[in-house]
Amino acid sequence: MTTTDLVRRFEREATDAGCEVRRTSAENFRHVVSELLEPPAVGAPLPFDGVSLPESVETNPTAADLEAAATGVTPVRFAVADYGSVAVESTAAGEEAASLFPARHVAVLAAGDVVADMPAGIERLGDVVRAGGDAVLATGPSATADMGELVLGAHGPREVCVVVLEDR
Amino acid sequence: MSGKSASREEKAARIRRLLATEGESVERNTQGFNRGRYEAVAELSDYEGLKDEARAIKEDAIERLPELIERVRESVEANGGTVYLAEDAADANRYVREVVRDADAETVVKSKSMTTEELEVNDALAEAGAEVWETDLGEFVLQVADEAPSHIVAPAIHRSEADIATLFEEVFGPEEPLETADDLTRFAREFLAEKIREADVGMTGANFVAADTGTLTLVTSEGNARKSVAATDTHVAVAGVEKLLPTFEDVAPFVELIGRSGTGQSITSYVTFLTPPGDAPTMEFEGEETEAASEVGGENDREFHLVLVDNGRTAMREDDQLRETLYCIRCSACLNSCANFQHVGGHGFGGETYSGGIATGWEAGVHGLDSAAEFNDFCTGCTRCVNQCPVKIDVPWINTVVRDRLNRGAEGNFDFLVEGLTPDEESGGLDLQKRLFGNFPTLAKLGSATAPVSNWLARAPGVRALAERTLGVDARRELPEFRRETLRKWFENWESRGGRTRGRGERVGRATGAADSRAGVGTGDARTGAETGESDREAVLYPDPYTNHVAVERGKAAVRTLEALGVSVRVPDLPASGRAPLSQGMVATAEARASAVADALAPHLDAGRDVVVVEPSDLAMFRADYRNLLPESTADRVAEASYELFEYVYGLLENGADPGALRSADPDASRGAGDASSNRVAYHAHCQQRTLGLERYTTAVLERLSYDVVTSDVECCGMAGSFGYKLEYYELSLDVGEDLREGFAGEETVLASGTSCCEQLTALRDDETRHPVEFVAPR
Ligand code: SF4
Repeated sequence: MTTTDLVRRFEREATDAGCEVRRTSAENFRHVVSELLEPPAVGAPLPFDGVSLPESVETNPTAADLEAAATGVTPVRFAVADYGSVAVESTAAGEEAASLFPARHVAVLAAGDVVADMPAGIERLGDVVRAGGDAVLATGPSATADMGELVLGAHGPREVCVVVLEDR
Repeated sequence: MSGKSASREEKAARIRRLLATEGESVERNTQGFNRGRYEAVAELSDYEGLKDEARAIKEDAIERLPELIERVRESVEANGGTVYLAEDAADANRYVREVVRDADAETVVKSKSMTTEELEVNDALAEAGAEVWETDLGEFVLQVADEAPSHIVAPAIHRSEADIATLFEEVFGPEEPLETADDLTRFAREFLAEKIREADVGMTGANFVAADTGTLTLVTSEGNARKSVAATDTHVAVAGVEKLLPTFEDVAPFVELIGRSGTGQSITSYVTFLTPPGDAPTMEFEGEETEAASEVGGENDREFHLVLVDNGRTAMREDDQLRETLYCIRCSACLNSCANFQHVGGHGFGGETYSGGIATGWEAGVHGLDSAAEFNDFCTGCTRCVNQCPVKIDVPWINTVVRDRLNRGAEGNFDFLVEGLTPDEESGGLDLQKRLFGNFPTLAKLGSATAPVSNWLARAPGVRALAERTLGVDARRELPEFRRETLRKWFENWESRGGRTRGRGERVGRATGAADSRAGVGTGDARTGAETGESDREAVLYPDPYTNHVAVERGKAAVRTLEALGVSVRVPDLPASGRAPLSQGMVATAEARASAVADALAPHLDAGRDVVVVEPSDLAMFRADYRNLLPESTADRVAEASYELFEYVYGLLENGADPGALRSADPDASRGAGDASSNRVAYHAHCQQRTLGLERYTTAVLERLSYDVVTSDVECCGMAGSFGYKLEYYELSLDVGEDLREGFAGEETVLASGTSCCEQLTALRDDETRHPVEFVAPR
C-alpha cells in the first residue's frame, strides 16, 4: 500500500473510532492547529521538520497548567492504519500527560509514520520498549460504559483530533 | 436430605431475586457485548489463525513459567524496578502494605484489576491506614455501594444508570442533581481527579507482562490507569504469574483479540505499554493554594514494584485438568456468551472473585473447591462459549472436571433405592439429584418397560411432590413420556416387513460419501476420511435413550428418510453415550459408557458403516467429548465415523440422492393457494450442534426442499439437558427460554434438533415443537 492509501485507511478507521482527522502540509500546519486550539493549551515540542507549535501552547507546563488546560498538543510516533490508533510515547517532554489530562487531545502525525496493521505496530513498539520507553496506543477518545450508557471523556480526553502532515 | 432440599429452595429464591433485580441490566449489557463480538471478530481476516497463535503462546508461556519468572526479574531489576514473587494473598498484601508504608502514602489510587480483587488488597491497605480509591468508574461505583464485581470486565454491569444516580445522591448528596450518565461520569471523574492528585502510590494490574523486556501491557478505556501511574511517584503493579509472556512481541495477537472478545470493540481506547520506571516525568502537586509551585518534575524518580502472585497458580500448572485455566486472558467472552450468565450475572454465577464459565477453574485454583461449588452447576455444558474463547479453552470440560471433584468430595447421603437403580461408577456421596439425571438411560429403559404405568405414576401428584422433595425434580416441569414400543422394537418389525428393501428399491442417485460433501457448505472445517466409492452405503442409526424410549417418532422418521435416500439402515442395541452422567460431572461413569460404546461400535466401523446420530448432544459426545474420555485413536475412530443426521442427509443429497424422495414444500401449490407463509419454518439448532458448526446442514436441506427457513440467534433454549428439571434452576430455565419464545412468536411451524430444546419450546409455546426430520421424512 502506498502512503496515501495508508493515510486514507487510517483516516477512515480513526474517524470511526471517534477522532476528527485533518490533513495538511507542514506549511499550513500553524493555521490548522490554531483552529483546533481551545485555550489554555499545553503541549510537547514537535519533532517534524519545519513544523512548530504556536506560541500560545505552553510546552513546559506545571501540573497545575496541565489540569487547567483545555487542549493538549503532542506529536505521535506512528499510527496503525487498520485500527485508527496513534502511538503516543512518554518522554521527558511530557507527551503522556499532555495527551491525557486536557479534554481535547490534538495529535500530530507524519503521513510517513502510518503502518498498516497491528503486527507492524507491535514491531515499532518493540523498538520503543527495547529502548526503555513507554507508549500508549490510543484509539479515539477515552470512554466508559460503566454509568449505564456510553460516555466519552471518562478520565482522559473527550475529543481527539489527529492532524496528518501529508508531506512529512 | 431435607437439608439438601432446603438449600435448593434457598438457591431457587436467590436466583429469583437476581432475575428480578439485576437480570435485566446484565442481560442488556452482555447481549450488547456479544453482538459486538460477533461483528468485531468477523472483521478479522484470520480469526481462527489468530486464536491458534494466542493459544500457542500461552501454552508455551505456562510450560516455561519458572524460567520466565526468573527472566522478568532480571529485566525489571535491570531497569531499576523490583520484582516480588508472592506465595499467596497474605504474602502479596504484606508486601504491598510495606511499599505503601515506605512511600508514606496516605492515599493510594488503583485501576481495575481482578487479581487485586482476588487478594482483597483494599482491605489489607485500609488496615495499614491508607485510603484506597478505585479509579475505574465501574469499580468506583461498587466501592461506593460496598458491593463485589458481577463481571470480570464490566464490574458494575448489573447496575443501571438510575441505580447509580440514586446511590450517588444518597452517598454524596451533590448540590446539582445527577441525572444522566454524563452527569454521573463527570461527577465521578472530578471526585477521583482530586484523589489522584492527592495520591502517592498508583496501583495497577497488568494484562500481560513481557519477560524479556519487563513491559506491562494495560488494556483500558477510561484512561484512569494511565493517570494513576502518571500522577504518582510509586507504581505497584500486581499480576498473577500466568500473565507472563516470553517476549514483548508475543503480545501482538492478544492486542487484536482481547477487546473484540470482551466488549466487542476492535480495540479499547488505550493499550498502554509500560517498561517501568520509564522516561515520563513525575508530577508534583504542591497543594492547592500554591498551584504555581506545582511542577512536572524534571528528573524521573518514579519507583516501581512488580508483585507477581502465585496464590495457587503453580499448583494449577501441575494439574493436568486445571492448567488450561491459566491460559485465560480474562476477556469475558465466555461470560457474555453464556445464556445463564446473561440472566443472573456474576452475583449468581460466580465465586469469591471470579464469575462466569471460566470462574470455576479460577475459583477452584485460587480459593479452593468450596468457592467453585457455589456456582459450578450454572454451567450446563452447552458449549456455546467454547468457540468464543480467544485462547480456545474448553471451559465446559473444566466445569465438568470440577463437578466430578465436588461429587467425589461430597458427604455421603447414601440411598439404597437410588443406588439400586443406578449402576454407575460413582462413590456413595454423590448428590441424589445428580445421580438420578446421570442415570437417565437406565430410567428410560425402565420407563418404557413399565409404560404406561410409569407415565401415569410420573403424573401422580404425590409422586411429583416426593420427587421434588427428595431429588429436586421440579414438579412444574413436564416429564418425558416413555413409550411402550421403543424405536428398536419398531425397527425390528419394520425390518421384517421389508422396510429396508423398500428403501433400497426406491433409491435413485448413488451416495458416494457424505463426508466429501461436508466441504460443500460454509467454511473449511470439512472433515475427510470416510470412504468414497460406488459401494452401497450402510448406516447405523444410533438409538440414543431419548430417541429410543421417548421421542420415538423422530427415530422412525430418521429411518424412513435414510432409506428413502438409498441407505441401508440398522438400529442395533447400543449403550448410552455417557452424556447424561457427563453433564452431572460423573466422569468415571461417562468414561465407562464411552468405552462400552466404542466397543459396541467397533464391528460396525470395521464393516465400513457410518454412524448417524439424531440427538446433537450425543453426536457432540462422539465427536468432541470422547477426546477427553477415550484413548486418542479410539476417540478419533468414533469421531470420524459419526455424523449428525442432517449433515448426513445433506451429504447424500449432494452426492446425487434424490430429494424428491423427501417431503418438500411445493412452491407452485402454495403460490396457487395464495398462501405465502405456508413454506415458512422456524428452526432452532441445538447449542452443541452450533458449536460444531453443524446447524447449517439442516438449514441447507430444508432450503433445498423449498422451505423458507428462519433461524434464531438466541444463544440457548434455557434447558440444556437436566438443567430445566432441577428445582433450583427451573425458573432460570424459563427465563432464559423466554428470549427464544419471543424470537419465534408468531411462527406457525417451529422445529428444533435437540430433545431438550424441543421440550423447552413445547412448554414455552404451548404447541408441539418437532425435530426437522419428522418434517421432511416420507410418510
Ligand atoms: S476462558 Fe477464554 S473466553 Fe473466558 S474469560 Fe478466559 S480467555 Fe476469555
